[in-house]
Amino acid sequence: MASYLAGIQAGLENALTINEKVVVLGEDIVDPYGGAFKATKGLSTKFPERVISTPICEGGFTGVAVGMALRGFRPVVEIMFGDFLTLCTDQIVNHMAKFPGMFNGQVDVPLVIRTPMGGGRGYGATHSQSLEKMFLGLPGIRVVAPCHIHSVGDILQHAILTDNDPVLFIENKLLYPLDQHTHILIEQTDEIPGYPTVALKNFSSGKPDVTVIAYGGMSRELVPLLDKLQIDELNVTAVFPSSLWPVPFETLVHYGTQCERLVICEEGSTGFNWGSELAVLLYDKLSNKLAAPIVRLAAASQVIPAARRLETEALVNAEKIENAIWELMS
Amino acid sequence: MLSSERLDQDILHQFFRKMFHIRVVEETLLDLFAHGVIGGTVHTCLGQEAVAVGVISALNVETDIICSNHRGHGHFLAYCGDTRSLLAEILGHPTGVCGGIGGSQHLQKKNFYSNGILGGMSPVATGMAFAEKLKGSGAVVVQFMGDGAMAEGAVYEALNIAALWNLPIMFAVEHNQYAQSTHWSTQHSGSLEQRSEAFGVPSFAIDGNDVAGVNETAQRLINEIRTQSAPRLLFMHTYRLGPHSKGDDLRDQEELDHHLQREPISRLREKLDQSLVAETEQLVRQQVSTLVSDLRGN
Repeated sequence: MASYLAGIQAGLENALTINEKVVVLGEDIVDPYGGAFKATKGLSTKFPERVISTPICEGGFTGVAVGMALRGFRPVVEIMFGDFLTLCTDQIVNHMAKFPGMFNGQVDVPLVIRTPMGGGRGYGATHSQSLEKMFLGLPGIRVVAPCHIHSVGDILQHAILTDNDPVLFIENKLLYPLDQHTHILIEQTDEIPGYPTVALKNFSSGKPDVTVIAYGGMSRELVPLLDKLQIDELNVTAVFPSSLWPVPFETLVHYGTQCERLVICEEGSTGFNWGSELAVLLYDKLSNKLAAPIVRLAAASQVIPAARRLETEALVNAEKIENAIWELMS
Repeated sequence: MLSSERLDQDILHQFFRKMFHIRVVEETLLDLFAHGVIGGTVHTCLGQEAVAVGVISALNVETDIICSNHRGHGHFLAYCGDTRSLLAEILGHPTGVCGGIGGSQHLQKKNFYSNGILGGMSPVATGMAFAEKLKGSGAVVVQFMGDGAMAEGAVYEALNIAALWNLPIMFAVEHNQYAQSTHWSTQHSGSLEQRSEAFGVPSFAIDGNDVAGVNETAQRLINEIRTQSAPRLLFMHTYRLGPHSKGDDLRDQEELDHHLQREPISRLREKLDQSLVAETEQLVRQQVSTLVSDLRGN
């Protein structure tokens, strides 16, 4: 069975094979190294002209990719750690995201910025964050973060080959080795073409007791938790949109109306985050159908510690989600 | 002998017409601003017209690419001469070059792109040069920036990549001496002219107020860039005669007077047939004024 990382690798390779305007830029991405997380392993050997290692200047080579996109290419940028997106934020906010709208639709910027986010590996404060919330709500870009149950390669390929708008593509680094298979019941909806939402259910008939809305790396925690709660005979649906911004709102409302208890969880830090916006949107539609306020889980608002024990305390995990669910049920 | 004297009188006259046209358009913009007809902000290139006209006249405007900055009206007019769509844009008309959404600092037409983030277009222009190199189109990219932008880190990331990957780009620096209200000498250390050399980008410093000299050097560098696929930096000494944007000017009159003696349009005018010049000036004024009346609906 293919891993999440293999899905990413296949998505990149297919895109490079199908369209010769696809180029991949990033630090240390050529063979034999093949990228810090090996997402581009083998690709520079197959496509030496179009898989290119850059100097260490995230802002510079993101800008280069923006220029290439304006002139007919479909670049993919790898930012080695998502934490380094701060270094290319001017290019993302004031160039990449602005040009199509600011130039009255006369230009396209078909550019994908891929980057691994997330903690759990003891890398400490500057190599463990989930900074995607900085870009949520920004006009002119899409923020995508597939979980490990998504067909991540297909979504990446769609972003590179079909989407003419800029895409920020978030890959939680703990998902890379995970098998993309699951035995839990899956539904898929395609409210946003190319960026499906998947829902997992640990029951085959009846209503869910609780619905959990989450994205990205949270699937690593939630899939085993659903198994565990099945033994406890608690019906749980876990919904994972791959598009964080814009939000597949109708789909989320659809799942939200199936039960009276909702949990939203994410790995990023609490405070002006994805869950807060989502909760507000959902309250507008569901307020009189809910048995209790929506529970929101996110990382503590603090520096992510390097020490394993402290890092575990700071981040969201299956145990914390389970506790929140039982508290909501009580 | 000044290089301008070597150029054909007809070509010099064309340069004069374009430079004077830019001057009149921008003086008109300042006037419209003062009368509250246009809002937002207007960064004029008064005194720097020789840079825009000299450099852009050295390009193949059908295929070459221009990345401009917040002070880009002159570049735009020297590139395409489309005064109507520029004025319409700044007046906020839907017929503006970007439908009124872009405004003064955000212009795009064919191969022309401007943005209002200092230094931000250096990497973008470098990427365009990479794209054209991969395509084998033979196109050259010119990226305009002021000395103020040379304090931005993005510029140096771009210089490094442009040299490392041998990209067909000319960095065109307009050393107009002021970053908003800050004199260049109080924000830069070392030699601005020589900085790019350390990256392997040859730099050429010239008088940016002599349009013929600018054009001659730009032609030579563009030719080198096109044939060798390697970057160059053209460093042009000039002076911003106008305020940074609107009325925000605190410089000494004595300093302004000094530079008025050296401004490019007066210098060029002296070398031309005076009656022809007078005719051109009258014609340009009339054209611009008619356009403004049209656009304002009176």
